[in-house]
Amino acid sequence: MTESKQSHAAIIQRSLARRYRAEKRFRAYGLMAITFGLLCVAVLFTDIISKGYRAFLQTSIQLEIVYDADVLGISDLNNKQQVALADFQGLVKKSLQARFPDVTGRKEKRDLVSLVSSGAGYDLRDRLLANPQLLGNKETLWLSADDDIDTYYKSMGDKDGAFTGRTSDLRQGWIETLKQGGDIKLGLNKVFFTHGDSREPEQAGIWGAAMGSLFTLAVTITLSFPIGVAAAVYLEEFAPRNRWTDLIEVNINNLAAVPSIIFGLLGLAIFINFFHVPRSVPLVGGLVLTLMTLPTIIISGRAAIKAVPPSIREAAIGVGASPMQVVLHHVLPLAMPGMLTGAIIGMAQALGETAPLLMIGMVAFIVDIPAGFTDPATVLPVQIFLWADSPERAFVEKTSAAIMVLLAFLIMMNTLAVVLRKRLERRW
Amino acid sequence: MVNKLVTDTAAMLEEKTGSRNAVVHSTAYPEQATGSPFVKNPKMSMRNVDVFYGEKQAIFNVNVDIGQNEVIAMIGPSGCGKSTFLRSINRMNDTVDSCRVTGDLTLDGEDIYSAKMDPVALRARVGMVFQKPNPFPKSIYDNVSYGPRLHGLASRRAELDDIVEMSLHRAGLWEEVKDRLDQPGTGLSGGQQQRLCIARAIAISPEVILMDEPCSALDPIATAKIEELIAELSENYTIAIVTHSMQQAARVSHRTAYFHLGHLVEVNDTEKVFTAPEHELTEAYITGRFG
Repeated sequence: MTESKQSHAAIIQRSLARRYRAEKRFRAYGLMAITFGLLCVAVLFTDIISKGYRAFLQTSIQLEIVYDADVLGISDLNNKQQVALADFQGLVKKSLQARFPDVTGRKEKRDLVSLVSSGAGYDLRDRLLANPQLLGNKETLWLSADDDIDTYYKSMGDKDGAFTGRTSDLRQGWIETLKQGGDIKLGLNKVFFTHGDSREPEQAGIWGAAMGSLFTLAVTITLSFPIGVAAAVYLEEFAPRNRWTDLIEVNINNLAAVPSIIFGLLGLAIFINFFHVPRSVPLVGGLVLTLMTLPTIIISGRAAIKAVPPSIREAAIGVGASPMQVVLHHVLPLAMPGMLTGAIIGMAQALGETAPLLMIGMVAFIVDIPAGFTDPATVLPVQIFLWADSPERAFVEKTSAAIMVLLAFLIMMNTLAVVLRKRLERRW
Repeated sequence: MVNKLVTDTAAMLEEKTGSRNAVVHSTAYPEQATGSPFVKNPKMSMRNVDVFYGEKQAIFNVNVDIGQNEVIAMIGPSGCGKSTFLRSINRMNDTVDSCRVTGDLTLDGEDIYSAKMDPVALRARVGMVFQKPNPFPKSIYDNVSYGPRLHGLASRRAELDDIVEMSLHRAGLWEEVKDRLDQPGTGLSGGQQQRLCIARAIAISPEVILMDEPCSALDPIATAKIEELIAELSENYTIAIVTHSMQQAARVSHRTAYFHLGHLVEVNDTEKVFTAPEHELTEAYITGRFG
């Protein structure tokens, strides 16, 4: 008896060692998986940030501008036609020529003027309209450099040498002169955060796309959350279990797996062609994304409702709550954290969605910042797609910067989801 | 039919007791429950009650009365249908899709299952306490005031306060929680939670309280408190309690009903059931030969 007991103990001891080894291996696999995941994220982030952080900076050139009424051709600032036709870029030209009086040739002069962004004239116009007393006077201003100059200036300190592909030796010389005079600097790129898209990289901003995304998501959440919650509650709490509800359930699960571009085609066919909703607007984008996120919200909503303990339902029924009161007073409040998490994850998906929006014209080149649900707009991921497609070298860093902005929004939304869940769950 | 029942039960007895020599007298189910299932002026009466889960029959032709202000205990081995029967009385089984109840069940002579009877109104008259304490994840006050609020039993806040205080008093919980009515009900101990659930049930002044193994999740001290409470409550309420514990049935109830595999075998005064059971199955159960 004792002998067999001892041998049992020995066997168990041996097998224990084996079991612990297996457990160690198992843990190591998990750790490896997580490390791999983190590594991928780290590589992604370093790559994007190292490529994109320069987009948040902008080279500008200091010039002395003379608001010469003759050059502008303006006699009366209140005359809109005069202002519209005025040659503000001419002021820049004059100023640069004054700074570099030696430049003579026609081509050289053109090169010289293109040191400064071709949008600088608009800035000057806005300044003058805001401060009419400037007419005839002069002031010293920092003006955005052209994107080629910007790219060259930013890359000057690089290990593998500055990018001179689009900057001639002549221009490099001028930049050197400006640098020595302290008339060229890198500053925060406000334009990037306040402007819409542009053909000129130095004037292109993310704000238009961000507002487009905001309006689109506003439409999506106001439609998909109530509809999704209502559908989930009905299916889970009130619908009879029969062949029809089974069919509906299968279809909802199928819809969740349908490629998003199909939803875009559906939106094009139904919302635009049949209901004549205007193209390229956040309203139609939101409608399409609503279709796309509904299955996610319904499925997560149903799971959240299922997770409400039946004992709570029984307790409410037991004191005489009607089915609707059971749902409103007990099931919904308890299921809300899960539903919100599902909704926010659905929204994050919608925020990053590109394909269906290409189908409904939100890929258009739109300079103006949308101010409402029916203004033509584009959204962040589409903006990334557009910039990635642009040939100018300066758009490379803009693309990375736009990705950073999108990621920042995603991180914010996911944090919000976690915080909301914690806050609602912590009630008791 | 009867022969089959005899063989079934014999086989079951053998399996349960592990003995081939288990004493089995006549183990046929009686057509009518043995003893005295009926009372004069019953609060509730059940006639020819059958309960089905889909194809499967869980309750077979049960006939029994529940008298005014009495405590009736329902005992029997696991799966004998006592909980199912209890849940048929206030139509809790309505929430189970596959469940079907036939027969005549009345409360004060009104048919419980008629189209005219609203299940919500019925459950306000026939309250229920469940096996596992299930307070709402709300404050103690909100737990108790939930029912009265639903049914509009209090028009002013002060009235509601009174109802809450009285219910907690009756449930013997007032002294323990009066200073923390705004604390979550889920933060109480198991026994306190169950008394909170009882307070919640009596806050809407039901006529009948059904208790489905209210002490099975509690320790002996908490159990003793609930049992005391049942005795006190029986002055004002009619109580039907399902219990696992024969001692508990003996301690708290006036009459005891013994269920066996969906059949009501015997209903008698509690003392009689535990001292001189009339039916062999009852005797076998209370003497511990199975169950």
